[in-house]
Amino acid sequence: MKIGIVLRPALIVLLLALVLRPAWFAPVFAPLAPANGPVIYERASLLSLSLSHLGLVAAATAAATLVAVTLAILVTRPSGAAFRPLSRTIANMGQTFPPVAVLALAVPVLGFGSGPTLVALFLYGLLPIFENAITALSTLPPATMEAARGIGLNRWQKLMRVELPLALPVILTGIRLSVVIALGTATIGSTVAARTLGEVIIAGLLTNNTAYVLQGGLIVGLFAVLIYDALVQLEAHLARRVGG
Amino acid sequence: MIEIDRITKTYDGVHAVDSVTMTVETGTITIIVGTSGSGKTTLLRMINRLEEPSSGEVRINGESTLATKPHLLRRRIGYAIQGHGLFPHHSVARNIGAVPELLNWPKDKISARVDELLTLFSMDPVAFRDRYPAELSGGQQQRVGVARALASRPDLLLMDEPFGALDPIIRSRAQDDLRRIQQRLGSTIMLVTHDMDEAIRLGDRVAVMDGGKLVQYATPAEIISQPATGFVADMVGDVERPLRLLSLIPVSEVVEDGAAEGGALPAGASLRDALAACLWTGRTAVPVAHDDAVVGRVTLDAIRARAELHA
Repeated sequence: MKIGIVLRPALIVLLLALVLRPAWFAPVFAPLAPANGPVIYERASLLSLSLSHLGLVAAATAAATLVAVTLAILVTRPSGAAFRPLSRTIANMGQTFPPVAVLALAVPVLGFGSGPTLVALFLYGLLPIFENAITALSTLPPATMEAARGIGLNRWQKLMRVELPLALPVILTGIRLSVVIALGTATIGSTVAARTLGEVIIAGLLTNNTAYVLQGGLIVGLFAVLIYDALVQLEAHLARRVGG
Repeated sequence: MIEIDRITKTYDGVHAVDSVTMTVETGTITIIVGTSGSGKTTLLRMINRLEEPSSGEVRINGESTLATKPHLLRRRIGYAIQGHGLFPHHSVARNIGAVPELLNWPKDKISARVDELLTLFSMDPVAFRDRYPAELSGGQQQRVGVARALASRPDLLLMDEPFGALDPIIRSRAQDDLRRIQQRLGSTIMLVTHDMDEAIRLGDRVAVMDGGKLVQYATPAEIISQPATGFVADMVGDVERPLRLLSLIPVSEVVEDGAAEGGALPAGASLRDALAACLWTGRTAVPVAHDDAVVGRVTLDAIRARAELHA
């Protein structure tokens, strides 16, 4: 915990500097760049790439959360229990399908750009959220559920006032996993012209410029670590509130 | 008045509850006692329709429970269960105020009611109102659970093994509290337990269930002195029958004029307490005091004579 107090602000500062003032790092990356080649990626602003990258991840995760949680709620109702194995299979398929394959298959339909990446991130994000939501909703304390019915909550009130709030920390764990997977996977989106930080990495790979690769990789990595950490904190806070 | 009319619950052709008929008077405590699998919990859960009866009906003050939507019916019937079932993410005040909130009581009326109930259960409202269930002891959680069930002044309070998770000392305090609060509020309570001691101690009437059937429905004294079947006799326990019976009779019933040696018993004590006092201190009579003034004595002979009457 103590290390976190020092490390967290340090990493945030490093990330901001890398995104906003990339020129500062020219001396650091220079030995890795090809002779007389560019050291710092300047074809697009790293800030706009970062924002677009995060935007894609946020949109895909939000959509995956909405679909996965809704589906989990439906299949944990007595009337939807029959669809549980089927929905699990579908979510698992989303996870098994390699993101590159999703991109390749989506391009002919959706064209180049952000569309195919969104689809891939969405499909990839479904499973962790869905599985966690099912677990959370089907392992709620039985006495509390019995009391919720017993005091006269109707089904909707029981879901909104008791089940979802109590399930939230575990659902959030699933969202966290999805976000981290999506942050990494989104870089591949740049192969089909999505504007993400992957652009920097791919430019580096194409021109044998390790400085670019490192620059893009570091920024994505730092985003992932810091967002993961923030969500862990949020979960711990929520878990305390539900008495866990 | 609660009328249970030939109520039956069948699971896969097996009668969990088999045509039970009984009437519960307003303002009394009725204990449903039986072994596990006797159908006692199913019977209770059919009253607030957590289980739908296969046939028969329940009428509360003449109105069939089938006439109301189940969740609306349940808001009129208090429900307290083993392991309290409090909402862990809500404060004590929100837990207790849950049903009034559903019934759209104004906020200030709810908070006044919450404070009133906390005080009734000997919990300081200022100290406990904003705590979360995880911050309470087992006994306090249980009291909050019962307070929640009473919050909207329900017509009827159903309790399913409410004290089952408490240790013996806390349990006996919780039972005393329930008795005191029931007398104060005049509530109608139906409570399920497997513990015959609890049944005899708390019940105005005791209903004994066996194999889905109601085998005896009578006052505790009758259950002890005239068990209807061998099963009821087993539940009461042959060896303990005389002592259980004595525990139901207050010393005031056999007190006589005269003096006796030693420490006095309060007039509210039972003959079982008096017998214990006699045996333990080797006396043949103990003085009985009312508000610190000795009003007479109870003799060992009087206790024996009363026990032989079989109520």
